[in-house]
Amino acid sequence: MRRIACLIGLLVLLPGLALFAAPVKFSFWHIGVNDPDKSFYQSVVDGYLKLHPNVTIDMTILENEAFKAKTSTLMQSGDPPDVFQSWGGGLMSTYAAAGLLRDISKEVLGTAWGGSMAPGVLGVYQYNGKQYGMPYDMGAVSFWYNKDLLAKVGYTTFPATWPDLLKLVSKLKAAGITPIAVGAGDKWPAHFWWSYLAIRLGGKPIFQNVLSGKGKGFNDPAFVKAGQLLLDLANLKPFQDGFLAATWPDQAGFIGDGKAAFHLMGQWSPSAESAYSVSKKGILDKEGMAPFPSVPGGVGKATDAFGGGNGFAIGKNAPDEAVDFLKFLTNKENNSRYAATGNIIPTVKGADVSLKDPNARMVKGLVDKAGYYQLYLDQFFPPAVGGVVNDSVQAILAGTQTPAQAAAAIQTAYDENK
Amino acid sequence: MKTNARTAALPTLLLLIGPAFILFTMLVVVPVVQAAVYSLYRWNGMGPLTAFRGLQNFVTLFTNATFQKAVWHNVLIVIVSLGIEIPLALGLALIIGRSDFPLAVFFRTFFFLPYVLSEVITGVLWQFIYHPQYGLVKAIVSFISPSAPSPVLLGNPHITLWVIMIVIVWKYFGFHMTILIAGLQDIPEELREAARIDGASNGQVNRYITIPLLRTTLQISVFFSIIGSFQVFDVVWAMGKGDPVNAAETMVTYLYKFGIQRLNIGLGSAVAVTIFAVCLVFSVFYQRTLMREER
Repeated sequence: MRRIACLIGLLVLLPGLALFAAPVKFSFWHIGVNDPDKSFYQSVVDGYLKLHPNVTIDMTILENEAFKAKTSTLMQSGDPPDVFQSWGGGLMSTYAAAGLLRDISKEVLGTAWGGSMAPGVLGVYQYNGKQYGMPYDMGAVSFWYNKDLLAKVGYTTFPATWPDLLKLVSKLKAAGITPIAVGAGDKWPAHFWWSYLAIRLGGKPIFQNVLSGKGKGFNDPAFVKAGQLLLDLANLKPFQDGFLAATWPDQAGFIGDGKAAFHLMGQWSPSAESAYSVSKKGILDKEGMAPFPSVPGGVGKATDAFGGGNGFAIGKNAPDEAVDFLKFLTNKENNSRYAATGNIIPTVKGADVSLKDPNARMVKGLVDKAGYYQLYLDQFFPPAVGGVVNDSVQAILAGTQTPAQAAAAIQTAYDENK
Repeated sequence: MKTNARTAALPTLLLLIGPAFILFTMLVVVPVVQAAVYSLYRWNGMGPLTAFRGLQNFVTLFTNATFQKAVWHNVLIVIVSLGIEIPLALGLALIIGRSDFPLAVFFRTFFFLPYVLSEVITGVLWQFIYHPQYGLVKAIVSFISPSAPSPVLLGNPHITLWVIMIVIVWKYFGFHMTILIAGLQDIPEELREAARIDGASNGQVNRYITIPLLRTTLQISVFFSIIGSFQVFDVVWAMGKGDPVNAAETMVTYLYKFGIQRLNIGLGSAVAVTIFAVCLVFSVFYQRTLMREER
């Protein structure tokens, strides 16, 4: 009798239990230490928890450099967070190759989630054809210039060709204006110059050759000529004093204070210029944006773009709920809300309607129109190769390596780390 | 009888040495052995050790121009430490170490202050001082000659190392000065007084009485200085990561940059083993030869 009562009790309880899914906990690491990023992520987490009361999200917020240092230790201990900031490319591939990431191809490729993303952006988070993460921000590097300073030397638009850019530099110099700010001490801001020149000169084929091992790799004349053109520019002494030791915040502050006419930077540039300027306001409506000019004789198209963005990767031990959370984070509604803050260039199709800033809309245009999209070289390759790309560009600017030596050094590093 | 005493002391010995021995093994011996093992592999720090390459990492390291440059920079730092830092510390110690020197305590504290600052804070502070647009040096230059160009210090690879040396000397001379003052206080004043009564000048007293009696202390100071010079990292890293173009690279910044940051733990471990070996050999040699004579 008692047994039957128990059985009936169980039968009654079981369907009820199913309604209350088992409790799940996962970790979520992001680098949005300041608003609006910080409150955006908080709102996403709150929204998700409301829909899924059985889930607990253990959130860790770290500043960019601290995050990099901490994750590299965690990765070496074999214990990655479940959902964490990732720039895709070479470092993510290194993690994936070591079996530290969860393959989410099943959830992404060929599904509505994958289909909701703008074309081309998924590839940045793939390794060997498998998906390991998802982007929420994908922009392009472009010129950001001070309209007032350019107007002083008679330019109302930014030069559309490289020779014209050199002319602009000479005119600015003659007028006593520092033409270009660059934080070459941090190296990566300088590597933008060399990379973009190589893309304009050699286009997609030279990068495909590097990867496939065909041709001369980085010793291709296009890479060497990119270094030569950069050297020609450097010989005009266009940069602020002490640029070889300057940091990215130095560079942003220089532009934000109106002390230099232009620089080459990604989509986050205007907000950083404000943050690092003395007034904390930057140059406001004097800010102009222009794509990288075409280079005469180059094979690359003027629409080829160079850039990168942000996303999240999934750790190897992540539960399904973590993947579902990332899906929620990168849905159209949330991506649009994030884009409305002006801090990202959204990756979800149609999410860009909330992009208000005209310059940000132009960056989005560069990404959308890109026939060939190349991720930052220092992120695209594993750290041992990306680091040498950065070193070599600095060496060209310092005059310690010739353009040919610099290209050869990168190829050597590439061969050693294949 | 003697044996008995020893046997009886054994539990006490184990009790006293045991904890330190276990900690030392876990925190020093084990990591050193681990690094030695890693240095024989090609390894990015993730997953199992599979790619054994023998001593290839060491060959790569010793033939690498940047590492050779880094070693040379460490040697230069040793030379500057011994040639400028220690003499400066000694000179100041002889002046303000005298109890009759006015404001002795004030000056001792004042010169010791840089040592109290953390290395990273020191680096950041001097980065501001050297800043070509907003720095103190720039302000001084502009004050003297308003039309002078911005002084480029850290951004000029020809002098980066030397301007960082200034910071290293500034930071550590106070430490050595304090050690030497402590040593001076151990020298009985009677000896100096006796020499003075015999008609020795201040210089002669220092030359023939004080400095010879300070020898042991000086040897300790020199020892710390050399070992410290091999291990310089934080100050250099905070002032531009050993760059531009490796102009201020040291062995440890090389280890961190090329080993840890670029995920080449095998090579990084080879650097660590090399530094460890250099310091160990030097320490043993120094203690055995120079410092043993005293006993």
